[in-house]
Order: sequence, then C-alpha cells, then structure tokens
Amino acid sequence: MSQAQTAEVRPRLPDEHGVPDPFQYMHPIMKKNYGNWDWHDRPRPGVLHHVAKSGDEVWTVRAGTQRQMDVGTIRQLCDIADTHGEGHVRFTTRSNIEFMVGDFAKVPALISALNANGYPVGGTGNSVSMISHTQGWLHCDIPGTDASGVVKSLMDMMHHEFTHEEMPNRVRITTSCCQINCGGQGDIAINVQYTKPPKINHDLVANVCERPAVVARCPVAAIRPAMVDGKPSLEVDESKCVCCGACYPPCPPMQINGADSTKIAIWVGGKHSNARSKPTFHKLVVANLPNNAPRWPEVEEVVRKILYAYKDNAKHFERMGEWIDRIGWPRFFELTGLAFTKHHIDTWVGARHNMNMSAHVRF
Amino acid sequence: MSGVEDAREGAVAGAAHVTAQHPTPNLDQLESGPWPSFVTGLKRLRDSGGKQYAAMMNDLLGQLEHSYTNRLGYWKGGTVSVFGYGGGVIPRFSEVADKFPESKEFHTLRVQPPAGYHYTTDLLRQMCDIWEEHGSGLIALHGQSGDIMFQGCKTENVQKAFDALNEIGFDLGGAGPALRTSMSCVGHARCEMSMYDEVKAHRAVINEFLDEMHRPSFPYKFKYKFSGCPNDCVNAIHRADFAVIGTWRDDMKVDQEEVKAYVASHGRKYTIDHVIAMCPTRALSLNDDDTLEVDNRSCVRCMHCLNVMNKALAPGDDRGATILIGGKRALKVGDLMGTMVVPFFKLQDDEDYEQLVEFARTIMEFFAENALEHERIGETIDRIGLPTFLAAVGIEPDPNMVRHPRTSCYVRTDDFTDEAEKYFERKREMAAE
Repeated sequence: MSQAQTAEVRPRLPDEHGVPDPFQYMHPIMKKNYGNWDWHDRPRPGVLHHVAKSGDEVWTVRAGTQRQMDVGTIRQLCDIADTHGEGHVRFTTRSNIEFMVGDFAKVPALISALNANGYPVGGTGNSVSMISHTQGWLHCDIPGTDASGVVKSLMDMMHHEFTHEEMPNRVRITTSCCQINCGGQGDIAINVQYTKPPKINHDLVANVCERPAVVARCPVAAIRPAMVDGKPSLEVDESKCVCCGACYPPCPPMQINGADSTKIAIWVGGKHSNARSKPTFHKLVVANLPNNAPRWPEVEEVVRKILYAYKDNAKHFERMGEWIDRIGWPRFFELTGLAFTKHHIDTWVGARHNMNMSAHVRF
Repeated sequence: MSGVEDAREGAVAGAAHVTAQHPTPNLDQLESGPWPSFVTGLKRLRDSGGKQYAAMMNDLLGQLEHSYTNRLGYWKGGTVSVFGYGGGVIPRFSEVADKFPESKEFHTLRVQPPAGYHYTTDLLRQMCDIWEEHGSGLIALHGQSGDIMFQGCKTENVQKAFDALNEIGFDLGGAGPALRTSMSCVGHARCEMSMYDEVKAHRAVINEFLDEMHRPSFPYKFKYKFSGCPNDCVNAIHRADFAVIGTWRDDMKVDQEEVKAYVASHGRKYTIDHVIAMCPTRALSLNDDDTLEVDNRSCVRCMHCLNVMNKALAPGDDRGATILIGGKRALKVGDLMGTMVVPFFKLQDDEDYEQLVEFARTIMEFFAENALEHERIGETIDRIGLPTFLAAVGIEPDPNMVRHPRTSCYVRTDDFTDEAEKYFERKREMAAE
C-alpha cells in the first residue's frame, strides 16, 4: 500500500481530553461561589436550598430517573430545565437529576412540570433515594437477573418513601446482578446469589478459556485442569465449590446461571458514610428468594418488611446498621419475621471476628 | 405516552428493517406503577419511525423479553475499540442473533463525564443528537464507576460515535486492567462541607495518567474516587483503590449563637439525644447556657454534628484529605474497604495538588510493579502486609492507620528500639516545624 493510500484510510487520532472541565457547564451561581458555601436547608422533600458566604442562594430540585434513558426522556428533561429551570442540571451518584435555579419562585412550577411528566421529586434528606444498580440482561455478559426490572419494581413500591422524608435516616439501597456486586454496599442490598456449581460445556473450554487463569480465579481452589472425553477442559470439585460465579467471566462455558438455580439474597446494614459509626459492609439476612421476573414479588415483600421494621423502630439519625447495632440481631430477625440459619454464620477468612466474643446477650 | 400508538404505525410503515414487533408480555408489566419506566423508553426508541435504530431496538426488546422468559442473559464479550485506544468500549455480541439479528452487536461506549456531573441542556442535547445518529438512542446516566454509558452501538458505528463525542470535548473512560473513570462529589460547587477542590484533584490526577486508562497495561483495574468530606457521597472507601476524603486538622468552628438558636428551636433533650449523645467519641458536651463544648483532640471528623447543625458548626481552616488505599468489591478474596494510609494530605496550594499527583504516581507504580495478575492493590497489601507496603511507597507508620496495635505475638522485633528512635526523631522534626 502506498503512503498516500495509507494516509487516506488512516482514522482520526483521538484528542485525549480526559476528564472534561465542568466549569463550562456549571450553574453560574455555583461557579461564582465555588468553594465558598456557608450552609443549607431543605424547604421540602426533594428541594435543597444552599446559601453561599456571599449571600447568594441556589435552590436544587431533585428528581428520580430510570437511569437507562432514551433520548426522548433526556430531551424532555432538558425541555423542563429550559422552560422552568435555568438550563443547568447535574446528576447524583444514584442517577437522580438535579435542576438548579437562582430564584425560589421558580421551584413550584419546576416541580409541577416534573410530576406532570412522571418524574418523582424527592430523594433528599431522610428518604429512600434511587437504588444504585447494575446492567442486567439488557447489557451485561454475566448477569443473573435484570437489575433495572428489580429496581423499577422496588421503586414503584417505595415511591412514597422517595418523595417524603419520613425515614429515621437516609436509606441507600443497591442491586447487583451477580456476586461481584457492582451495585455496591447498601442499607439494603438485593443481590444475585447463585446456588449451584457451574455447568461446564466441555466442548468449548479448551478454545474459549485460558485454563490456568480460570484455575487461579477460584477463591476456594475448587477448579482443576482435566481431560474430559479426550478434550482438555476443567473440572469443579463440587464439594468445595461456593457457587460464587468467579470462574464464569473468564470462562463463559462454565455457566453459573440457571433459570431456577440463580436466586436472590438480601443483605442489610452497609454504610458508606463515616457519620457517627465507621463505614460498614452489608450482612446477609435472606437467601434463596426466587428470581421471579418481571416483578420479583417475593423480593419486594422482604424489602418491604425490612424497610418498615426500620422505619417503625429506629431512632432519628440511626442508619439501618446502627439501628441493628442497638437492638441486636435477635430482635432484628424477630421484628422482620425472618429466619436465622447456619448460613448467617460467617465461614470466610476472618469469620471469628464476626462472632460474639463476649457474654453480652439479648433476650 | 399519547404518541406511542401513532409512532408504532409509523415504525412499521417507515422502516423496512422492522419486521414484526416482538411481543413483550413480561416487559409490558414494567410499564405500570409510578416510577419512570426504562421499558417505556426502550419502546419509544423502537417506535421512532424512520430512525436508524428502530429495528435494532425492536430486536433488543425481543432479546430482553427472551431473557425475562428464560431468566438468562445472552450477551458475550469480544474485542472492539477505537483507533489509538485499547479500552473504553464494552463489546457485546448477541448469542441469540439468529432470533434477533438487528441487535446482534450492541456495544457500549464508556465516556467520562464532567467532574461533578455538571451539564447544560445544550450539552445533553448534543449528546442525544450524536447518539441518535450513530447509536441506539439509549444513554445511562451514569454507570457504577461513573461513566456516561452510551449503550447500544454497531461495530461499524463505534468509531463514528466516538469521533463525534471526542469532537465536542469528551473522551472514553476506562475498562479492563487499567486506570478507571473516576468520580467526584458535588463538593466545592455547592456544599459547605467540601474540604478541598474536588474538581482540581480529580482532573489533576486522572488527566495526568490517561495513558494508563486508554492503553490498559495494569495487573488489574485501579479506581480513584474523590469525596470532599467524610460523608463520602461517592462511596470512595468501599469502592476505590485510592480514596481521597476531605478532612481538616485544626479545631472545628462553632458559632455559639447559632448553637443556642438550634437548641431553642429543637429543644434541649432533642439536641442532647441526637447531637451530643450520637458523637462516636464523646467529644461533645452541651453547657448549661446551651453553648457547645468540643473536645477537638478526641473528634474523629465523622461529620454527624456538622451535618445536623450545619449553620452552627463548620470544619476548621487547616484543610486537606485523608487517603485510604485498597477498597474493592467481592472478587476474589471478599470485599475490602480502603484503609488509612495518609491521615492528612494538605490540599491548599497548587503545589499540594502537584504532590497529590506525584503520590498517586508512586502508588500506581507500586501497583504496576508488584501486584499479581488480576490482583487489586488491597489484595496486594493483604498479601505482603501493610508495613512492607508503607516501606515500599515511603510512608512512615502512624497510629491512625490501625484500629488498634497488633494482638498477635508472631512478629520479629529485634530492631524495635531503632524503629522507636525513628518515631521519636520524626516527632521532634514535626515539633520543630
């Protein structure tokens, strides 16, 4: 190929912009008072009012979205921001959209426009915010469920708790479509929990999988190389296997998902913030719930029980985990009507630190 | 949606590729209820008449319904990238393309958002136009690692979509064993608790190391997150290999008149129960005249009292960040939180931010050279021990790094006296500064 031809087909080289400068998009009041804010309050659920040291004020209206948005939805939100807001928006880490305005008089019409188009206003203060979640069947290559559907079902159930601030403290819920848990830690976490070892397609392993890497990936050393029907493959010691699914991403012929064996587990008491208590991981409370698409009613029922036991019993400012720390796990299982089993007792590395090494007991 | 029926007719008449609409009885059930429905959005794209993605979204809905029926996913990975980069595109090829051929390729472009997630409507509309031309019309704001996810692109359109986004100032994010897209909280832009310039730190660190993002060569992923205070709104301690959490070193500021006003409006019992008694280190006391006494040496900067009485209380002036290293999710050893490695990193002048970038470089160089394949830095530290890690990156031990000193006697201590002398020497140097 001649040089001229090479130049002709050579694609455009990227401009390595990296993280874009946000100041070109930031609301002018936020830009002007950058680093100089004084205090804030919340005039009503879903609305924040921030006051700068300069005396400038900005009101933020927060609304829930479906996260995975079609261009029609995004343009509609832009229309609302242009008509009733000031053309500047931002998103929270939980996929809520925020509209900033410099005049409180604009807030009621903004809220009306959002509500009229089906966007709930809320997610502030001691409310249930949008569930942070993963990709699911829509796009992931290893999903056990469809987080978007689980989230839609749960947010329908908790709509009132998003639009009101009636919880003891903020409630941060997460959903993950596999045990890698991309959804993260939560006051309540709804995560896939596999219940059966992988089913291996031995015809494909040798061609698709880098076998030593798959062996190395197993957290309990249950996978070893094997010849199966004369073909190099892998085998799983099913007595050791903890059904975590770690082998599935590097070796898709080791199918971990099954229409009935992929279940849902619910965990509670995870917390990111350092406020009062240190950050915590969530703890298992229920496993083996059916992966019952499209509405997951069994999951919804358990989440409802936990959420309202917390709402009815926790003290103001206690997060889910802090509430349980006070009342104890026996009372938690009693108040929620859930079962405590041998599977709640940790057996992983460091498990001993999770036992009760004292004579402290609750009756 | 009132226009949906009309649009469906238009879709069938206008776009030759749309064969019959796939029935979606399962997905249809996710259109009822008060929360915005992603299914309604997907259908709107399917029913968009002559749009280039209408047929693709019909088959995408068909495949998704197929997943809902069989409770299984049908995407596999592969290799798709843009010219000059090794990562940033998540390839997705359908395993059921025989049934749903139009969505056989449905790749995602991970795109880094503006720090702090600020947008103008003009910018969002430009992104919609680009994605309407080259992609599926479906955009997730945002993914769990902070990217804008432009979901659903044919292989032949990936370069075109990227070029268009790149022309308006946007760049791909991270994927695979690489530096990943980062997140920072709203911080300085709107929050009185913000203790450092998150935008400056976020952009300074990430933009210095873009080569590590665009051309993956690390043992495994490496994530930064920037939170302006210990409320940690971007979940850095749990989710980041390198968490930068704003804090302050001097005394918190107390406006006693505002404290009195708070007690007057909320009541003394409420204030004691919900502010004073909730201090995790018993560092607060309410005086008889309803002013507040703070034991600043015992305060752990947890933020509770500042959050609750944000008009009366404020962080001090000697500000910077606490740095925790090693947070990650389950694979392979189980979840790890970051642990404190730098109790206080001053972040005030430009020079401080340059030093943060250099510290980030040191940590990533350690990671690149010492982590095993598919090992996160928190696992590396667990494997070699925190003291070995500290020595490797040139950080002296500090009691803030531990919950309590070791309880195990299995340690060789024959150089203990020398190490103790180094500690006292450091203390003398700090006192002299």
